[in-house]
Amino acid sequence: MNKSAKNISIASHENMQMDGIQKISVALGILGLFIMALALFNVAFPSKEIWLTISIIAIFTGVITYANRTYLHQPAGIKNNGVWHKNFTNRGSWAWMTGILLTSFYVVLYWYPQYLGLNEAGGNNTGIVGFFDPLSFVMNGKAATQWFVYGTLYTVAILGLGYKFILKYKNNKYQLVRTISVMFFQLGFAFLIPEILEKLNPEKAYFAKDLKNMWPLNYYFFNDWHLKNMFEGGNLGMFMLIFGVAMIFIISPILTYFYGKRWYCSWVCGCGGLAETAGDSFRHLSSKSTISWKIERWMIHSVLVFSFVMTIAVLFTFLSNNPEMSFITKGQFIWGIVIFLTIFTSVLYIFKRKDLDTDATYTMLSLVAIIIISLLLNYFSGQQNILFIDSNSLREWYGFAIGAAFSGVVGVGFYPILGNRVWCRFGCPMAAILGLQQRLFSRFRITTNGGQCISCGNCSTYCEMGIDVRSYAQKGENIVRSSCVGCGICSAVCPRGVLKLENDSPSGRINSNEILLGNNIDLLDLITNNK
Amino acid sequence: MEHIVIIGNGIAGVTLALHIRKKSESKITIVSNENEFFFSRTALMYVFMGHMKFKHTQPYENDFWKKNKIDLKQGLVIKVVPSSKEIILSSDEKITYDKLVLATGSIPNKYGWPGEKLNGVTGLYHKKDLESLEKWAKNANRAVIIGGGLIGIELAEMLRARDIQVTFLVREKTFWGGVLPFGESQMINRHILEHNIDLRLDTSLVEILSDEEGNAKGILTDKGEIIDCEIVGLTAGVSPNIDFLHNSGIELGKGVKVNRFLETNIKNIYAIGDCAEQRDAIGHRTAVEAVWYTGRMMGESLAQTLIGMPTKYNPGNWFNSAKFLDIEYQTYGWVWAKPRLNEEQFYWEHNCGKKAIRISFDKNNRTFLGINTFGIRMRHEFFDMILTKKQTVDYVIENLVKANFDPELFTSHNKEIKKQFYNQFDSLKTV
Repeated sequence: MNKSAKNISIASHENMQMDGIQKISVALGILGLFIMALALFNVAFPSKEIWLTISIIAIFTGVITYANRTYLHQPAGIKNNGVWHKNFTNRGSWAWMTGILLTSFYVVLYWYPQYLGLNEAGGNNTGIVGFFDPLSFVMNGKAATQWFVYGTLYTVAILGLGYKFILKYKNNKYQLVRTISVMFFQLGFAFLIPEILEKLNPEKAYFAKDLKNMWPLNYYFFNDWHLKNMFEGGNLGMFMLIFGVAMIFIISPILTYFYGKRWYCSWVCGCGGLAETAGDSFRHLSSKSTISWKIERWMIHSVLVFSFVMTIAVLFTFLSNNPEMSFITKGQFIWGIVIFLTIFTSVLYIFKRKDLDTDATYTMLSLVAIIIISLLLNYFSGQQNILFIDSNSLREWYGFAIGAAFSGVVGVGFYPILGNRVWCRFGCPMAAILGLQQRLFSRFRITTNGGQCISCGNCSTYCEMGIDVRSYAQKGENIVRSSCVGCGICSAVCPRGVLKLENDSPSGRINSNEILLGNNIDLLDLITNNK
Repeated sequence: MEHIVIIGNGIAGVTLALHIRKKSESKITIVSNENEFFFSRTALMYVFMGHMKFKHTQPYENDFWKKNKIDLKQGLVIKVVPSSKEIILSSDEKITYDKLVLATGSIPNKYGWPGEKLNGVTGLYHKKDLESLEKWAKNANRAVIIGGGLIGIELAEMLRARDIQVTFLVREKTFWGGVLPFGESQMINRHILEHNIDLRLDTSLVEILSDEEGNAKGILTDKGEIIDCEIVGLTAGVSPNIDFLHNSGIELGKGVKVNRFLETNIKNIYAIGDCAEQRDAIGHRTAVEAVWYTGRMMGESLAQTLIGMPTKYNPGNWFNSAKFLDIEYQTYGWVWAKPRLNEEQFYWEHNCGKKAIRISFDKNNRTFLGINTFGIRMRHEFFDMILTKKQTVDYVIENLVKANFDPELFTSHNKEIKKQFYNQFDSLKTV
């Protein structure tokens, strides 16, 4: 902190203390949350709508005043002083308490919504769900659900802490634009538009109306109930279905080719949005060990296969049970999948074998072989359940283990302990697909600026995805990693201007040979070869 | 098997070891008295500021060295005995070598100031300096830093991050005035003040004052002023760490004298990094270069020689970088604080006062000579090519887009720069 007043304190300076205004701001924010907590415990507020408004305004005002006080009167620059000294950001007791609180919230949210006050029997909501009823009626014309409460709080978190993030990185326009983008997509696409569409179509059964929430992140997109509801959802339903499929097969591959997976993960995605804004204070906690990297590769690809298998299974069941609803028969579907997987992996293997690690190649090939064989086995044996598993229970297990436990409870609940991108790094099947493309078919890379790296380690420390950025930069190599979400913080915290996120021609993108580090040896050769 | 012993596990010694290991199976031992594992010295400041933990400054995981069969030996070398090809540690242990590489780095300069050995007085170079600072910072209200260069401003930033008041004594009339031309140096002066650092230009240290217990309690300046403080940072440059080599028969000057193959006067003994002194200066470079990058380059070159491919140390075009509080600085080629005879300089400063570039070129044929850039990142590869191909300043001005390395979406100042350049120096439009 910059205090020009003479410092007369004889106490430790180890932790920079908050000043009065910062303390009041934090108190105000907590007050807002406290009102919600009171609602949770069924304190009867005389007029809910006023108290809800007060509560949300208190939270926003608290966050905004805190951010202004902290960042506005300082020169623009990197603001990481004391990050590893502070209890809250260095896995201290406050961090654990926050983690436990968040985790419990998610457990209740997913599995015990009645404790939040949801009345599943159809009567009036109580507790915090009931507290949000007035807002829910305004937004979508119905009583609130736990998901409405969650969605609102999620949006408040991204907007409020997004503002803080913008001030913190006010020297960096990339961060500014990117953060405005995630705030916009959360507020508009994930919150306002779906709620309003819900209000305009009250009679239709539910289907996801968040355009940007694409399969396989939205794992229930191809589930039978969801497909049915879209088919029966009139023009809007058909639009959502077609747009959803187009996102997967057309829009996303094109954008990922030109910009890398960052277009989604750190510009659009809601999970990414929360991680970048609310989770920013914990980005340095991600593990950078090679062991973690190994676990990451196994885990994220296993989840991808799991989501793939689950989707094939539920689609197969859907096609078996509702032949009248679909354009294709289940036979065509199976053969389509087999042909797609065969072509896809052959192309990958033939053209990109060299760019893949050996373990990745083997994993991929054996998994695809297993999937194809079991698909065919099942198809010819005439079973209803593909892959020998009941698609219903598979779907339920996926929803429980991946959709809820991993992405929510662990993914967000453990922010203060494991860092802010645990889900994105280890679990998100969407990130896995985009990452695969980013590694193999994309123009995106992080360019290392010749020999300017001083191995300081800021880039690696602040990489939320646990990439050891320095290990590439100090060798003068570009960074082309499937997990990189392109948040651009490595480039921001670099004290020597070494890293730059770029989209450029794919040739020479991965330069793993000796590079320009300063010695005059065959420098020109290298540069010519890298072109 | 040949035994290569390297004294010092800084960037020079470690780069050497890694590059030897890539191509050779020789036994490699690195002896160090500082820290068991290699760490980035330039990152020490970030540990103090709480940006990183010490372990984050270590670029390789702890088992990396064993995996690569590089032996790490903890110990202080007190003597080198070339006649018996051995080094002696303070524990009396002897290590014999076939080839010995001195990569011992630097020590902070002290000029015999009264009180320079008091408690609370430190340089900023070694890990132990950081540990001392850590200890003293707890009870410090004010620190005085002596020496207006790169380390001084880093130390000032560190102490400010802990909310300790800082008085910064700079002997020259302006910050880093020996290297930075007037305009950018003024800009940095302003930025130092903006960070609430009490900058005292044209002021020298006379004496460090002591309390009864031998702790620093203040300093006396040449202006006769006494400034109370609990910490005194001595950051007036560094010198080669070669004291233990006196009487070893190895020829010493300011540093260990080496030729272009980095060989000392004694066969099979080499020196690299901060502690080496070139017998013949290379280009405009100083004979002793205490820079991260040159240490790394020397390590790379010597590795080639030691695996049997004799290679001269042949540093390419000069480059360097630093960060002055929030302002990043990069330089490519040579820009002198006082323009030399053939040199013309073009200076542009953004009206925010935190971005500037200075381009130096040859008056006669407009060959580009060098650039200082502040708050704008530039591409190393681009300028290296320009310097090697001896392109003109006009080419650089016309290709600023290619030169720029700022993050995406950053505001470009190329048009302004170009306009001012052509206003000042009528264009030849050679492009």
